[in-house]
Amino acid sequence: MALDQSFVGRTYPPTPPYEVGREKIREFAEAIGDANPAYTDIEAAKGLGHSDVIAPPTFVFAITFKAAGAVIEDPQLGLDYSRVVHGDQKFAYTRPVRAGDRLSVTSTIEAIKSMAGNDILDIRGEVHDASGEHVVTAWTKLVSRAPEGA
Amino acid sequence: MTAKIAYDEVEVGTELPAQSFPVTRATLVRYAGASGDFNPIHWNEKFAVEVGLPDVIAHGMFTMAEAVRVVTDWAGDPAAVVEYGVRFTKPVVVPNDDEGALIEVSAKVAAKLDDQRVRVDLTAMCAGQKVLGMSRAVVRLA
Repeated sequence: MALDQSFVGRTYPPTPPYEVGREKIREFAEAIGDANPAYTDIEAAKGLGHSDVIAPPTFVFAITFKAAGAVIEDPQLGLDYSRVVHGDQKFAYTRPVRAGDRLSVTSTIEAIKSMAGNDILDIRGEVHDASGEHVVTAWTKLVSRAPEGA
Repeated sequence: MTAKIAYDEVEVGTELPAQSFPVTRATLVRYAGASGDFNPIHWNEKFAVEVGLPDVIAHGMFTMAEAVRVVTDWAGDPAAVVEYGVRFTKPVVVPNDDEGALIEVSAKVAAKLDDQRVRVDLTAMCAGQKVLGMSRAVVRLA
């Protein structure tokens, strides 16, 4: 069943802050095999002009996608998550995420489309730090595939 | 932000050093833990096949994370990346053997923008197929 178009533009309340830890950044950098010292060595990060170690560009997705759960699991929207695949992903950074950040995400439904029985949902996550400054915006396109025989 | 590449030294068509990234089942388990994405299609073959996939597939976000390393290694400072977007076009299928899969990434400067920025277009291939589409990063150079 097609998703309700009236949800376009709906914004969900900001999430409680996620505190970015140095060791979490290190764990993520090791998991992607990236030895860039800006992720693990404070002196190297400072040498690049950062106040602490920074996170790899896609690190923040774990935070924004968790926040998008408010949309995905909204019973009023009624998305069938078991049929969802990740279509597109984009980030625009005002500054890098860094250790010590306390990040809050505000998710908005940007678009709902229906194509060939598939529901396509565009979610924008605005990420702000504890002082309210913008850090990064994440756009996530989810595609809920039509059930077989529909 | 301190990119080690100067804007004036690059032109449209400048190629970034290409890289290949191996991915095995162990890589995916580790990425699942670090990212918090425990979807069983990324580690449970039986489940993956039941939902119509050929085998376990890599997290799209893992492929996205690997591809941009070509850009961050080139720029020096990862913070030089001011925009980055991809489309997930084909899954990276990861067989349960010692080889796994290989993601091959190349990139070149596609446009010179204002404010010391360039657009870099990336190509990510696995087993002869493009696994990312519309893969672009905007990078602020020195």
